[in-house]
Amino acid sequence: MNQVHDLAQLQEIARQVRIDIIDMLHRAGSGHTGGSLSATDIMVALFFGKMRRREDDPCWPHRDRFILSKGHCAPALYAVLSRLGHFPREELQQLRRFGSMLQGHPDSSCTPGVEIPTGSLGQGLSIGNGLALASRLRGLESRIYVLLGDGEVQEGMVWEAAMTAAHYGLDNLTAIIDRNRLQIDGRTQEVMSLEPLAQKWQAFGWHAMEVDGHSMPELLAAFDAGSQIQGKPAMIIAHTTKGKGVSLFEDKVKYHGVAPNKEEYDQAMKELGADRPARG
Amino acid sequence: MIPKESTRVEYGKTLKELGSQYPEIVVLDADLSASTQTKYFALAFPQRFFNMGVAEQDLMGTAAGLAVGGMIPFASTFAIFAAGRAWEQVRQSIAYGALNVKIVASHGGVTVGEDGGSHQALEDLALMRVLPNMVVLVPADGPETRAMTRWAAQYHGPVYMRTGRSTMPVIYGEDHRFQLGKGSILREGDDVSLMGIGVMVHACLEAASLLEKEGVSARVLNLSCLKPLDWELVVDSARRTGCVVTAEEHMVTGGLGSAVAEVLSEHHPTPVKRVGIRDVFGISGTPGDLLKHYGLTARDVVLAARQAMARKKGA
Repeated sequence: MNQVHDLAQLQEIARQVRIDIIDMLHRAGSGHTGGSLSATDIMVALFFGKMRRREDDPCWPHRDRFILSKGHCAPALYAVLSRLGHFPREELQQLRRFGSMLQGHPDSSCTPGVEIPTGSLGQGLSIGNGLALASRLRGLESRIYVLLGDGEVQEGMVWEAAMTAAHYGLDNLTAIIDRNRLQIDGRTQEVMSLEPLAQKWQAFGWHAMEVDGHSMPELLAAFDAGSQIQGKPAMIIAHTTKGKGVSLFEDKVKYHGVAPNKEEYDQAMKELGADRPARG
Repeated sequence: MIPKESTRVEYGKTLKELGSQYPEIVVLDADLSASTQTKYFALAFPQRFFNMGVAEQDLMGTAAGLAVGGMIPFASTFAIFAAGRAWEQVRQSIAYGALNVKIVASHGGVTVGEDGGSHQALEDLALMRVLPNMVVLVPADGPETRAMTRWAAQYHGPVYMRTGRSTMPVIYGEDHRFQLGKGSILREGDDVSLMGIGVMVHACLEAASLLEKEGVSARVLNLSCLKPLDWELVVDSARRTGCVVTAEEHMVTGGLGSAVAEVLSEHHPTPVKRVGIRDVFGISGTPGDLLKHYGLTARDVVLAARQAMARKKGA
């Protein structure tokens, strides 16, 4: 399994993933900076600290599954997958380029470790439900994780899926909302209000939890709690800051879909301590 | 008396048979299991049947997830909701990843009847045909429906199959086998090719009999595999007969008429007359009334054949 339980080590991996993300996006010249950085700690905690996998068998049937429903945050997923050995790290430099295995949004047909294409918002939770049903039918121990954006839950299909997961009592499913409170056109509360968000999921029959989405111990505790829930799916609303880790980008609407230019890149790398040797 | 069968009923019965043979088959429906006929499977295999409620987008996404999880999902609802309401879910979550999902949609065309225009899918074949990786099938009778359903279960990849509400005469024998990308010649002839799908295959056969009385020999094709289309057979028929009529219970844009015209204009330019719906929505009525109203009878195919023949080179 090789799960990482040392909090400092997880935080160090997250720092390195953020460096990867900035580097990839700067090289690509386009892509989604803010959401990739807000989701980094969630994905690192999940992939390195929680999800069951076998390094020698990436297709192990009992492995836990992850669906990046907010597919535009592919850079964070790619950085994590490369660090887990699904493909060489040099591939990260090819993000969004012609002929690259790393498409602008996740495409399972060309990227090892990606379960299904995503990118058109609102569809990942239904897919997670289907995987959870398949896992149950086949008697697998897999747990299914779906990461959604907060703007994404404005899609009606998400609420169809919310009903389904509760109706079928999918207690092998955990969904996480990256609640960074920003979307392309502004603050979620101004574009289309979501609150009371946790109560909405509770009313739909889910076990809803709220955590600091940048706190490794809180995330890991919520994942563990989610695995223990019987008879209903688990929702973790992870409160995050868009652009987390680089002051220039933090809580700025502008950096939803803008890649760092040279100046921004230099400052980001400085703040992330890119010249510091990797620990652990 | 030729026996008549409904393609949706034969789908439902075959699916139940396949359920014993394939433990991986799961069936999803969106509150229409009595209409789409997935009810037979639901009764026999309740653990492998999932009613998704009135939520077609979620129906497609859940089917995609089941396919990723190693199951063989058959997702059924009315054609207008499968191909229309959930088109983008089918595109993103099923066709894009070439996932092993079988979409079997009932109630295609105007023969839906009294429910009217809201429920008569006249665009579904166009919407599905345009998607890469998607196989598009329209069976014309019971044996063909059974053969296609069995074939779909063992084929790995996305399939869209349109079934209908009305009953149709049986054309094929019980031993009929479906072959991907192959059309079939139901009647030989030299003067005009009548190419149909679904219920219109029967109108083409009847039209060929009527034309015979006028001394016209018509070749009749069933192009039930709309995608990939049997373009070699289409070109061969155009070469042989010099003119073509297409007939479909669908808009003349985007479906069979378009597919045949595309192939012929690129490979063997030939006069083509398309029988189908011409840029209008459906209305309420009996299937028979509606087929007459929209020009989808054997008489209409005969008229189209005469027009096509008049445009032949040297005619």
